[in-house]
Amino acid sequence: MPPAVVLVTGVSRWLGGALAGELAADPSIERVIGVDTVPPGPEMLRRLGRTEFVRADIRSPLIGKVVSAASVDTVVHMNISSTPGGSGGRTSMKELNVIGTMQLLAACQRAPSVRRFVLKSTSAVYGASPRDPAVFTEAMQARRVPGGGFAKDSLDVEGYVRAYSRRRPDVDVAVLRFTNFIGPRIDSLLTGFLRMPVVPTALGFDARVQLLHEDDAVAVLVRATTGDFAGTVNVGAEGTVLLSQAIRRLGRVALPLPTQAMGPLGKLTRRAGITDYSPEQMRFLNFGRVVDTTRLRHEFGYSPRFTTAAALADYGRTVAPVVAPELVSGLTANAARAVGRLASVLDDVGRTTRPTPSGTHLQAVRDA
Amino acid sequence: MPEARVIRLHPDGPEEPVEPTVPGRGWDASVAGGLEFLRRRLTGDYDTDEFGFDPDLTDHLLLPVLRPLFERWFRVETVGLENVPDVGGALIVANHSGTVPMDALMTTVALHDEHPAARRFRLLGADLVFQVPFIGAMARKLGATLACNEDAERLLTEGELVGVFPEGFKGVGKPFSERYTLQRFGRGGFVTAALRTGVPIVPCAIVGAEEIYPMIGNAKTAARVLGLPYFPITPTFPLLGPLGAVPLPSKWFIAFGAPIETASYGPGAAEDPMLVFNLTDQVRENIQQSLYQLLLKRRSVFS
Repeated sequence: MPPAVVLVTGVSRWLGGALAGELAADPSIERVIGVDTVPPGPEMLRRLGRTEFVRADIRSPLIGKVVSAASVDTVVHMNISSTPGGSGGRTSMKELNVIGTMQLLAACQRAPSVRRFVLKSTSAVYGASPRDPAVFTEAMQARRVPGGGFAKDSLDVEGYVRAYSRRRPDVDVAVLRFTNFIGPRIDSLLTGFLRMPVVPTALGFDARVQLLHEDDAVAVLVRATTGDFAGTVNVGAEGTVLLSQAIRRLGRVALPLPTQAMGPLGKLTRRAGITDYSPEQMRFLNFGRVVDTTRLRHEFGYSPRFTTAAALADYGRTVAPVVAPELVSGLTANAARAVGRLASVLDDVGRTTRPTPSGTHLQAVRDA
Repeated sequence: MPEARVIRLHPDGPEEPVEPTVPGRGWDASVAGGLEFLRRRLTGDYDTDEFGFDPDLTDHLLLPVLRPLFERWFRVETVGLENVPDVGGALIVANHSGTVPMDALMTTVALHDEHPAARRFRLLGADLVFQVPFIGAMARKLGATLACNEDAERLLTEGELVGVFPEGFKGVGKPFSERYTLQRFGRGGFVTAALRTGVPIVPCAIVGAEEIYPMIGNAKTAARVLGLPYFPITPTFPLLGPLGAVPLPSKWFIAFGAPIETASYGPGAAEDPMLVFNLTDQVRENIQQSLYQLLLKRRSVFS
């Protein structure tokens, strides 16, 4: 049975807006209600279609009124901020993430109409440390529990959602643990990071990075909203790249810095508004993280269309390379040609200076 | 929604070196090959797997660097390669020694260069390895991953040849006086991994690695300060400085013993601690026996 009334939080951001737009385009869904603290931009408004926008803070009890008045049956919670810059500092980020989720869940617990809850979570809940297994399945837990920031918030949020699921066993809860998003349009941690011409990386470390294309992210969210999957699932594309490899493929220049220098640099770039990364994201850049997507493909029933490499290449179309691959291949081809010429010149020199004895041998054979 | 497609990184530019890399053409072919390698590295045009294994780098840089050590310096002789299967997963369990885990690297070369199926050796390393900058990243590129049951079982199910040194740091960092005596074999985690995946265990004895850096002392305070499990003092290190880092050219043997099959026990057997202990002991005894046999065969340490 498709949902009748869907509530999407965090609708003013790219992914939330894209999901609401897709749902609004589905005629079998009666109403799509989008909630966010800031109104969507003009381009986003066009995408949203018939989505009704409610400007509300999920931290306020107003959200409860929205849920009960519209008799919402499916809630998609995407209003979890990954960077302190976007939500006005770490304190308000934590408040939005944790208190906002608690408020929303309180509203959903009271509303008898709710029968499905979808949480956009993250694979950051697995942490990132040298003690990690290479690939995380849904059954595994962080070896080193993330100490703060987005990962810690996400762990807390997942905890509250599990508690809600225990209190309302009639509600199907789907928790989607996404890997890092990438794509031409989405604004994610990595898209901002890799757009810099010179990308700072941790000296002596090379993270394994698993990505998810924005189109696949939207498709998975739509399927989670309209389908009947309940449980936790990792969402990521097939294959991985190393961070150094991703930087090279995009034609960026890597700037390896000692890990001690990364913190101050992060503060500096955050203040300058270039990019925004926190210590726990730095740890991710040291060690990386890969998740197992067997459950996604078999139980959830979706195979991402883009592999990690293809998603990266699609994103690469929108960033002009600093070091063009054509330049590199041109240079190496020229060098190879020069070496070939040199080799043939040397061959010729060798042939003229010492006449080959093969002629006499042939002569002997012919005579015989 | 656009179809998934592979977007080429260099759609029309000249991409192949004009000179074809004819094998045996000589120095210019190898220079051209090197340039092509350089192009791939600079543009990220190579594949890596989820463990961080980089076959391109391993084949074209790391193995060629290790090969002279294998062939000329240690003159490694491999015995019993027929005990290592050509296809499918197997767990190779070996003794660990030598202050620096050179034995792991030489076994990697042995299985790639001397085994008829040129097998990749996927090593399991302690978490300390992956904490250390450069070494951790390089270990992953060489195909190593963290020694934990999740990773071991994933690699074995994928049909990889997995290598484990159950002695760990107790083995590499043991004093020279205890050479060729096996230390405790961990908690038998490697046996449970083999039982769960039903792959054979191939015992492997390595002779020669003990003498490359004879550890005559252990500077425990320095080790504690640096956060290392041990800080070696050898006859040449740290006395001769960087020169002390040159390993002694001992003669090496790497012997693979008859595989111990585990499939017949069934995956549930991993829950039986007594069986796990027995198998662990069996593997340990087996390696210790072949170590003694190889030592008898070796005429002297350096020949």
